[in-house]
Amino acid sequence: MNAAQAIDDLVDEFSFLDAWEDRYRHVIDIGRGLDGVRDEERNEANRVQGCVSRVWLVTDILDGDPVRLSFRGDSDAHIVKGLVGVIARLFSDRTPEDILAVDAREVFNRLGLSEHLSQQRSNGLNSLIARVRADAEAAHGKP
Amino acid sequence: MTKTGGCAGPKGFDVEKVRADFPIFQRTIWDKPLVYLDSGASAQKPKAVIDAMTRVMEHSFANVHRGLHTLANEATEAFEGARGDVARLLGAKSDEEIVFTRGSTEAINIVANGLSDDIGAGDEIVVSQMEHHSNIVPWHFLRERNGAVLKWAPVADDGSLDMEAYAKLLGPKTKLVAMTHMSNVLGTITDAAEIVRLAHEAGALCLLDGSQSVVHLPKTDVQALDADFYVFTGHKLYGPTGAGALYAKKKHLKRMRPFQGGGEMIESVSEDAVTFADPPQKFEAGTPSIIDAIGLGAAIRYVETIDRQAAMDHETRLMRKAQDGLKKWNDVRILGDAPGKGAIVAFDVKGAHAHDLAQIMDRFGVAVRAGSHCAEPLMRRFDCQSSLRASFAMYNTEKDVDTFLEAFEKARDILG
Repeated sequence: MNAAQAIDDLVDEFSFLDAWEDRYRHVIDIGRGLDGVRDEERNEANRVQGCVSRVWLVTDILDGDPVRLSFRGDSDAHIVKGLVGVIARLFSDRTPEDILAVDAREVFNRLGLSEHLSQQRSNGLNSLIARVRADAEAAHGKP
Repeated sequence: MTKTGGCAGPKGFDVEKVRADFPIFQRTIWDKPLVYLDSGASAQKPKAVIDAMTRVMEHSFANVHRGLHTLANEATEAFEGARGDVARLLGAKSDEEIVFTRGSTEAINIVANGLSDDIGAGDEIVVSQMEHHSNIVPWHFLRERNGAVLKWAPVADDGSLDMEAYAKLLGPKTKLVAMTHMSNVLGTITDAAEIVRLAHEAGALCLLDGSQSVVHLPKTDVQALDADFYVFTGHKLYGPTGAGALYAKKKHLKRMRPFQGGGEMIESVSEDAVTFADPPQKFEAGTPSIIDAIGLGAAIRYVETIDRQAAMDHETRLMRKAQDGLKKWNDVRILGDAPGKGAIVAFDVKGAHAHDLAQIMDRFGVAVRAGSHCAEPLMRRFDCQSSLRASFAMYNTEKDVDTFLEAFEKARDILG
């Protein structure tokens, strides 16, 4: 499944959720299914700055040609953890090119989660997206 | 449900009448009526303040002082009139003891800078564990630059200041005591007069942070408190951002080194010398925030039309109602319940992050704060990662508290 299919899947899931409460619940559920972070990975390098709550994002580079990236994370706040979960579903097991082709902000708008974008200063969503893109750029072109 | 308001005080305090003075309550948040419980961070503005600021811009605006034309005189009169309003609010001896600042933070920094020649290596500054960062960080500057030592007066489990422990911290090395008059997290109202008395007994100066107390206490009297310095900010007192004040006894203002240099604060400038204007101008370099100061004056005159004891009783009753409602939950911990506390309630919930709760409560139109409230030492004292805070103002209603408690319950439900 490529990024476009993952986006379509997510949009499909969220399209059934008219009420904001249900969208929140679903974001939180996605966070519950997120691959976690080991204790030793809860370090400053993996900490995402710019969040009121504590957030970690770990990037795994999967060997292969081309390389693929995968994301795990955690937060002590459920909603932020859910947003990390959405990011992980969007971008995990993808090539750097695939990742860099996605406009994550546009995807969040389509999912009906735009209010989280406007709260980026407190929830760090912007920092999360920037981190994913930076890691994809770093991995870009590696054999 | 009973109708809100109608709490008759001597001047007939009527919350619905007060509310009508604040245009913002006409708007909705996510199609719900606004329930604004974040006044401890910044209060909403009454029409009187908005109008006063508009009026000066439309009708009487020019730079203040030194002007020889009509508008300069009118603007100066309004600006200096606002200084008089501040002096009256604080019970200062004269207008000359009032320095306009951007807020409490700038006021405290003026004092920290002004005393930096007097506080040297090994000298002690006593603060409390419940201080806002604005009353901590400027003293850290003196620790870093001059080698001053910070001493921390502890907070008891109920959120009150441990006065016995505070007294024991004072000694011959104590140069300054800097403490809050009302905690922005715990709501604790400190025994400011006794704090000052003990500081003076030890030969130290005393600064009080009145950012929250001037809003909630019916009366502030810096002379009765005998405070050397008293600071507050206007935007929590229903005024605009950008205007607050430093009160200082005249003898301190005369001695203290100015914070910033520039126009308006000098007596004369030559190639190799500068002499300063008399206080308060000495501390007001550059063109001041004229419009903001005039707005602050209007805010003070506005609150003077309200029976402030009745307003405080009203706010405290709302805080109690909210606190009682929260206490029904076993997993809720109220931070601070000191006797006589003011209208702020901070709390945390086992297993739920304050950030999540605040974000979901917003969907019900409820504005509350989440985080460490710029008081990290206090959060550590209570072993608290982050907490929710509801802070009340005179425009809040019983209905606001009901909605707050309902939104809290629903947010918990959504979080599972």
